[in-house]
Amino acid sequence: MKGKIFLKEKIIKNIFLLSSLTSIFFLAGITLILFKEGLPLFREINLKEFLWGKSWYPTYDPPEFGILPLILGSLWITLGALIIAVPLGVSASIYISELATPKIRNFLKLAIEMLTSIPSVIYGFLGIVVLGPWLQKFLNLPEGLCSLTASLLLALMAIPTITSLSEEALFSVSKDYKEASCALGATRWETIIKVTVPAAFSGISTAVLLGMGRAIGETMTVLMVAGGAAVIPRSFLQPARPITATIALEMGEAVVGSTHYHALFSLACILFMVSLALNLTADYFLTKFRRTSQ
Amino acid sequence: MKKRRYKEKLAYLFLMSMVAIILSSVFIMFYFIIFRGIKVMNWQFLTQMPQKGMTAGGIFPAILGTLYLTIGAICFAFPLGTSAAIYLTEYAGQNRLIRIIRVGINNLAGVPSVVFGLFGLAIFVKFLNFGVSILSGSLTLGILILPTIIRASEEALSTVPQSFREASLALGATKWQTIQKIVLPNSISGILTGSILSIGRAAGETAPILFTAATFYTMRLPNSVFSEVQALPYHIYALLTEGTHPESQVPIAYGTALILILLVLGLNLIAFTLRNRFRRSKKW
Repeated sequence: MKGKIFLKEKIIKNIFLLSSLTSIFFLAGITLILFKEGLPLFREINLKEFLWGKSWYPTYDPPEFGILPLILGSLWITLGALIIAVPLGVSASIYISELATPKIRNFLKLAIEMLTSIPSVIYGFLGIVVLGPWLQKFLNLPEGLCSLTASLLLALMAIPTITSLSEEALFSVSKDYKEASCALGATRWETIIKVTVPAAFSGISTAVLLGMGRAIGETMTVLMVAGGAAVIPRSFLQPARPITATIALEMGEAVVGSTHYHALFSLACILFMVSLALNLTADYFLTKFRRTSQ
Repeated sequence: MKKRRYKEKLAYLFLMSMVAIILSSVFIMFYFIIFRGIKVMNWQFLTQMPQKGMTAGGIFPAILGTLYLTIGAICFAFPLGTSAAIYLTEYAGQNRLIRIIRVGINNLAGVPSVVFGLFGLAIFVKFLNFGVSILSGSLTLGILILPTIIRASEEALSTVPQSFREASLALGATKWQTIQKIVLPNSISGILTGSILSIGRAAGETAPILFTAATFYTMRLPNSVFSEVQALPYHIYALLTEGTHPESQVPIAYGTALILILLVLGLNLIAFTLRNRFRRSKKW
């Protein structure tokens, strides 16, 4: 009887252990598949040609697989998004954690949370039918769908991540610091800018990193609004074609096993490693920050 | 001093204007979706098949497809995610394996959605030969929401006080009996909250189903898990990018967007009500 119960408990425990291992299994599976399907590309073209090639014409004859414009497209749009999202997101987090009354705080948090619940395809949709035409009209552009449109929308999508994590960081700054600063005669604003924000700096940086990860991996929005031209971006008013958009757009047409197919998997490999690096860095800072602030 | 006060006022004004910009963006987005979407909203729109090459008619197959995909995803991810969370909170100690598992979960959560799509294409569609189908799409979405479910369930499980478990064990219950009779009943609404939120996430994702499940033109409803389907988010994308009659397709896209938003927000509302109820009823 006892042995039977013991055995049953052991089996159950191992079932749970197996389930918890599936996440690693899937992550390893994703890595394996990306490399397995991506690496055969380098039998046909060399790595330097792939990374530094300035033209991406996968369907031309002969095809060209230079991903520099795509990488720069991703970085460019993400940079634009951060330039917009960081001031907005961090300001909002300062306002929410330091100035707002509890009622306003809850309302603002809810409103900003709403931004995460909107699916990315809807951002793209509104970009095409509302924001693009507006920008075209007001800035007098030849094309409404360009890097700027994509950056503006990605900024909106990154703001909730940046705001909620920065707010958490600001909130966890010890009250003693703030009180000490006020007791020395500093105004509330001087306390915020000289004491609270510096103390929460590493938390805020983590928030920005994660927001960046969100922006660089975003697919549907950039696919729909970035304009799609695979050229090296020179201004925010030109169309661009980020990595994610290229994969989503071309995977449907690429013949399985063709050079194009392998090239798209190699692109995904790069994207995967970049977001992995961003997440690991953010993770590291977050654990460190949480440990020191306790 | 006066100058410093003035500076403070100015700074507050700046902060408030930043908040105002964010708020007005949220407002504008919802305004367009709701007011333009409601124009095409009627019973036929929800229950009819698309007509005249996707320029008229309803979006019934897309609604149905999204339901199938999300139900499939949650059937796959819910048991797996909660069991993983049970292991992590109830059984695991602090060792290297657990740390690796946690890092794995965190990183899986950060993988770009289009990469999940590629994984699904290579594994489910090609390797396992499920084809472009509900099954492939559901599994891909299931993997995508797995980390969210694990984290939410872990959080819910860890709110159950340790003394509850100790009391149960002290009465001679086994570990599994304790989990089954004490821990799970006391954390189930928290687990459900997280899972409902992740259903909303799965319903709105497009990139993972692009090559694994979705189709734009279909004249019949799916008849098995191996059929390809229409889905609400993909429908919006396709109406804008594959259509040839924008003047009649954009209104349909607005309607589809409204339905999708209502679906996601509705799920969120259910989740939050559940969470608040749970918080109010448990006072320990």
